[in-house]
Amino acid sequence: MNGLTKTYGLGDAAFQALKGIDLTIRKGEFVVIMGPSGSGKSTLMNVLGCLDTPTSGHYLYEGIAVETLDADQRSLLRRYALGFIFQGFNLLARTSALENVELPLLYRGMSRKERHEKATAALTAVGLPTKLSSTPGELSGGQQQRVAIARAIVTEPSTLFADEPTGNLDSVTTRDIIEILTRLNVDRGITVLIVTHDENVAACAKRRVVIKDGLVESDSTSP
Amino acid sequence: MIWNAFAIAVREISRNLTRAFLTVLGIFIGVASIITMVTLGEGATLAVKAQISSLGSNLLTLRPGAVFGQRGSSVGVPSFTERDAETLGEQIASIAAIAPVRMASLSTIYLSNARASSITGTTPIYFQINKWSLAEGRLFKEADLRSGSAVCVIGNTVRVELFGTENPIGASIRIGRASCEVIGLLAAKGQAGMGDQDDTIIMPLSSMQRRLIGKTSSHDINQISISAVEGTNSLDLIADITQIMRQRRNLQSNQDNDFNIFDTRQIAETLGSTTQLMTMLLAAVAGVSLLVGGIGIMNIMLVSVTERTHEIGIRLAIGATASEVLLQFLVEAVTLSCIGGIVGILIALGLCYGLAQVIKVPFNFNTQINVIAFAFSAVVGVLFGYTPARRAAKLNPIDALRHE
Repeated sequence: MNGLTKTYGLGDAAFQALKGIDLTIRKGEFVVIMGPSGSGKSTLMNVLGCLDTPTSGHYLYEGIAVETLDADQRSLLRRYALGFIFQGFNLLARTSALENVELPLLYRGMSRKERHEKATAALTAVGLPTKLSSTPGELSGGQQQRVAIARAIVTEPSTLFADEPTGNLDSVTTRDIIEILTRLNVDRGITVLIVTHDENVAACAKRRVVIKDGLVESDSTSP
Repeated sequence: MIWNAFAIAVREISRNLTRAFLTVLGIFIGVASIITMVTLGEGATLAVKAQISSLGSNLLTLRPGAVFGQRGSSVGVPSFTERDAETLGEQIASIAAIAPVRMASLSTIYLSNARASSITGTTPIYFQINKWSLAEGRLFKEADLRSGSAVCVIGNTVRVELFGTENPIGASIRIGRASCEVIGLLAAKGQAGMGDQDDTIIMPLSSMQRRLIGKTSSHDINQISISAVEGTNSLDLIADITQIMRQRRNLQSNQDNDFNIFDTRQIAETLGSTTQLMTMLLAAVAGVSLLVGGIGIMNIMLVSVTERTHEIGIRLAIGATASEVLLQFLVEAVTLSCIGGIVGILIALGLCYGLAQVIKVPFNFNTQINVIAFAFSAVVGVLFGYTPARRAAKLNPIDALRHE
């Protein structure tokens, strides 16, 4: 990815959230993106996750020029390759954990039985084998985030994007969540990108990218 | 893909039954109110039309007094004589039948039941002129008229009030100071709009004069019923009658008529145009309520889609395409609109059926309004369920997600 910019608004009122980011992330990496509030780190992640479109610049995902894709093609890319975890969980309300996790599989046209098996396996993998029929309202924040992780990984994505995944959670739960993410990275080889400003979270990652004022300020890899 | 969208849509509907209920309610109220209003309105129109045709379309009624129906205008004005009726019948060729009528309101008693009834003394041809048909027993004949026998024919209201469930034929009732045998029961004409025509007792004119009121003068006929030959121009007929009656009543050329002629054909025409106006008014009201119903549906749909923009964002984020999300919303809107429409039609028909019995109008199923109401609500439901959803689905997923 190079020269990525994202501009909000037009003319004098225009606000450039990303001012030309050059970044290369290799398959299987575990990267944290850090930076102060308003630095553009979330915007960067949304663009990388195809949830948002860049104003200019090039973004190559596994050889696909993402900026040339239309909305439906980006949807398909998200469906088959990307998984998301949000700070606000973004689960469907009044919908059981199992159904929430099954949802991406439904859009893949998978059979009911297969969906059920995969969703149950994913929920078991995040440690919630007993909460299949609970709705988000009946689950704690940590449990909801685990459901969200299960939903993100049930499709076996190659890249997992997490925007402040632990922002609404206490430190014990945070450690659990990070542990799950690390294990996914190590065991399944899923590329993980985490946006955070929590040092404890950042400490788990091998590579740390710091964004400031829409630019990459530092990019360091720890051994 | 359609099956998939259908499965998701049904799941979403069952997940939020309150929202589904409100949407269905909006559609159902719109559909039900319009169908009820139009169906009952048409029933009423039909009832009025039936009433008019039961009067007879070529019936003229001659009454003393300058202005029809205005009480007091006949005070001091001489009534008619039987001879007036005979003369008119002899001299005017376009009169098919003519009957002198003596009317009075007298108390009637049968066993312990008493009531005041309108008594009509006339000749047998009167039944034909006024299109009365017999339900039971017999009508009185010329022979009864000649002999002045104490017989009478009663309307259905009188039967109900005096006899209840008893068979009135052959019973003897007391009218004023005389007693009288009931020989016939008239078929009911109904009462929508025109007063209760069935509240009547009809007897031979001679019997009434002799037995009930006593013949005080030859001027005791207070109405003459005339039926015209089919195809007669009623204005010409009225002119002829007027000319003869002015002569017979010795009116000078500078004097106004002291009688009036009530022409049912004119009344029928007036009522016909009134009924038409009523139908148009109903159509206008129905149109407005259709619009209001439509706005109700629109509001619920708009609110529910706004609420659901976040959900659209989630679906997009996990890989649904905009068209898949839209199909889901379309299926939801169609399903809810159809349920609302069908429930609305069923409730409306039940309501119409019940109300038609209560307000005594015929129940008339109008296919057209059912189809229109259903189609309109379905279109509004789909349009306003679909259009905002399309706007939301076009957003970048992250913008839809931010929408709480």
